[in-house]
Order: sequence, then structure tokens, then C-alpha cells
Amino acid sequence: MAPVSTVSTQARRNGRPPEPVTASGGGSVITRVLRSVAGQAQRRIPRADLDERDPDFIRERLPLMWLVASIWFRAEVRGLGNIPDSGPVLLVGNHSGGNLTPDTIVFTLAFNTYFGVERAFYQLAHNLVLAMPALGSLRKFGTVAASPGNASKALASGAALLVYPGGDYEVHRPSWERNRVDFDRRKGFIRLALDQDVPIVPVVSIGGHETALFLSRGDRLAQLLALDRMFRLKVLPISIAVPWGLNVGDMLGHIPLPAKITVETMPAIDLRAEFGPDPDLDEVYDHIVRLMQDTLDALAAERRLPIIG
Amino acid sequence: MRVSAQIHVSAPPQAVWEVISNPARQLSYMSGITRWEVVGEQPAGLGARYRILLRVGSAEVGGLIELVEFVEPREIAWTSVTGVDQRGRWRLRQASDGRTRVELRLAYGVAGSGLGGWVAEHVAAPIVTGHLRRTVQQLKGQVEAEQVRTRAAARRTAKSA
Repeated sequence: MAPVSTVSTQARRNGRPPEPVTASGGGSVITRVLRSVAGQAQRRIPRADLDERDPDFIRERLPLMWLVASIWFRAEVRGLGNIPDSGPVLLVGNHSGGNLTPDTIVFTLAFNTYFGVERAFYQLAHNLVLAMPALGSLRKFGTVAASPGNASKALASGAALLVYPGGDYEVHRPSWERNRVDFDRRKGFIRLALDQDVPIVPVVSIGGHETALFLSRGDRLAQLLALDRMFRLKVLPISIAVPWGLNVGDMLGHIPLPAKITVETMPAIDLRAEFGPDPDLDEVYDHIVRLMQDTLDALAAERRLPIIG
Repeated sequence: MRVSAQIHVSAPPQAVWEVISNPARQLSYMSGITRWEVVGEQPAGLGARYRILLRVGSAEVGGLIELVEFVEPREIAWTSVTGVDQRGRWRLRQASDGRTRVELRLAYGVAGSGLGGWVAEHVAAPIVTGHLRRTVQQLKGQVEAEQVRTRAAARRTAKSA
């Protein structure tokens, strides 16, 4: 188990307040093992460093990403012209597809080819995603651990920042809710946009949740196993996915089915221009989610068949 | 990867030049181009810069380009400053039958992208070649239609005189 001081230092380095994940005490052997694993995972979380983004690395990977997006997902990204040509901007997306999120791959490709890798672009991801050894290269793409501190730092540097307020809660929703925007009433992104005084550009995608059959978030199971306290994981998703069949946790990812991905980038929203100098968070939240849901409904109406598009 | 398209246009080179050297007309005949913006104070000529985007598969690919050759009415060449590496060239040559031979070349790629890049370049080649072919065909259509209108206007003027 990691000493409290080590974890707290790690947490501060990642720009988030220390969490009592390493509180010592008794408990069963399973609990102790889980806490030990949690400590290991916490220590693996890399320090948030915006300088780790590497434009040359991104440029060299764009062709492969283009192949995946064009051939496998037959992706279509619309409305990138709605993103301001320069300056900081908060891109707010709905999140689909389990731990292997095709909408992020498609949008990252589209942003980097449209604006060029020279424009700084960061994405927030769950701590555990960045802690996975195989996904270490994500940091070179500009992916940083999700925390208010990191988000503020990225926007203050003048970069574009992509966030998924729904996070693990939304990305593991059941397949029958695939055409639903569900941020679980999380409004941190609105506070962030107001604090940094940047516009919000909603990014709505469809198709990512047709890459597997998602059965349950497993939120009760996650609670039972104390994953929330130890890993900041509110879910333990259960799905049927290639090649595993029944897939619990989706920790090793899966091979996504070749579902057609469509992404619609919406016009920028200047919160203070639309809602006054001191906007009400609930009003803004409801407005943005309604706009995104309307767009998602329109995209869903365009689709004739699941996966095929 | 290097791709090209050629066509013969029934018009003198100067007529073709007037179209390909005018940044305001690029979107009207270039296939797949979704953006062509002048960057800076200089709209045309050697050193002029444009921000361009070409839709290829799932992405709009492009960046800032700069004209590095501008020889009226024969050659326009450009190279990328930012974005995906690319070089392009228009070549206009007077054919023996009074027509103009037009060639559009484009070389593109990402150095250091390895096998994935090699495969992507070859998969993209037919799409890019298709854009080039449609571009020279649409250029031919525009220039020849303008020639017909110019001659008709001249005839009307002669009749009324």
C-alpha cells in the first residue's frame, strides 16, 4: 500500500486535491489486495505535464488514425468550422463506446488535420486510462488526467480542450440508452468555462455505442467492491464484446465493431453573452444538454440500421 | 505518394491562367476543396499564402501553403508550410492544335509515419486522384464555357456595330 504522503504528493502533481484512498485500517484480505492495487495504480498515474504533447508524434500517427477512421468507422465529422480559429475553447462531448472510445479517435484526427498539429489540443481522460502501460503514448497526443487543475491549466495556456462530462458513467451506459446524452448532472465543465472565460463548443457523436453490446454500467457492483473510493471508478461495466464474449470491466478493451461514426460540431456558446454576467449553472446545464440531445436525436433519425449507419 | 491528372482545354494558356491564378475562383472548380482562404496581405503571386482543406475520406486535410513558383502563364507551384506535407504544381503548355495542355500534380505524405503511413497514402491515392481528375475536368468546363460566351459577346457586338 502506498504511503499517504506519496499518494497525496502524486495527487497534487496531477492538479487535484488529495483523496483519502489510502486510509489505513483493517478489512478483509480482498479489501487489502484491492487497496494495494489501487495504490499501485495511483502511483502509475503520470504527472500532468502539458509539454508532453508532441506535435511531430501526432503528425506521424495521423495516417494510421485516418485509415482506422475512414475504413473501419467510415467516420464523418461535420461543422469543424464552428470551432473558433484560434484561442482557448472548451469542447464538450458526449461519450460512447466503452473504454475504447472511437468517437475520441475520430474527433482527435479531425481536429488535428483541420487545424494542424501546430494548434495545441488537449483531452481529459480518466486517471486509470493514463496509468495503463499500453496507453502511455496518449500523453503525447495531449491527453492529461481529468482534474479541474489540469483543465484550467490547459485552457489558460490558450489551448483547445476536449472534455467528456459524462465520463465513465456515460461511456458505459447500456446500449438501449445509446442515443441519450447523460452527463449525470455534472456541471464542472460549466464552472470551468466561466472561470476561464472561454466559449463552449458542444460536440455530438453517434455510432460509438454500437461497437459492442453494453449491458450494464455495473455501478452497484463497483460500489460493493469500493472501486469508487479506491480508483475513482463509479462503474464496473458489463458488455458483450469481441473477442471476449462476456466482458466485465472492459479493462483490456475490446475490438470495436465497425460502426459508422458521425460527429457534429455545434456553434460556439459564449455563456456570459447568452446567460448574463453570473449564469445559473442549472440553466446552462439544461440548455447545453438539450441542444446536444436535439442534435443527437437528429443524427439518430439519419441512421437506418445499427452499425451500418 | 505522387498523383497527377492531365487534360486538354480548348482555350489559350492565358485563359486557363486567369482561372487557376485567381484565389477567389478556387472553390468553384477544385473538387474536394472545402476551404481556400488568403492568409496575409498578398492575394496572389510568388510568396502568396493560403489556408486550404481537402476532404479525403474521414478527414479534411490541409494546412498553410505558399506559392513557390509563379510563372505566367505556365507554372504555379506550392509547398506546405504547416499541416500534412504536400507539394503541388499546375503546368500549362501550348499544344500544337491551339489548345492548352493542363497538368495538375500533387505529392503528399507524412515523413516518419512508417508502414501505416505507406498504407494510408496508397489507400488515399485513388480518392486524391479522383479529386484531381474532377478538378481538371471542371476547370476545362469553366474555361471553355467562358470562351464560348466571350466569342458570342464579340459576335453580338459586331452585329450591332
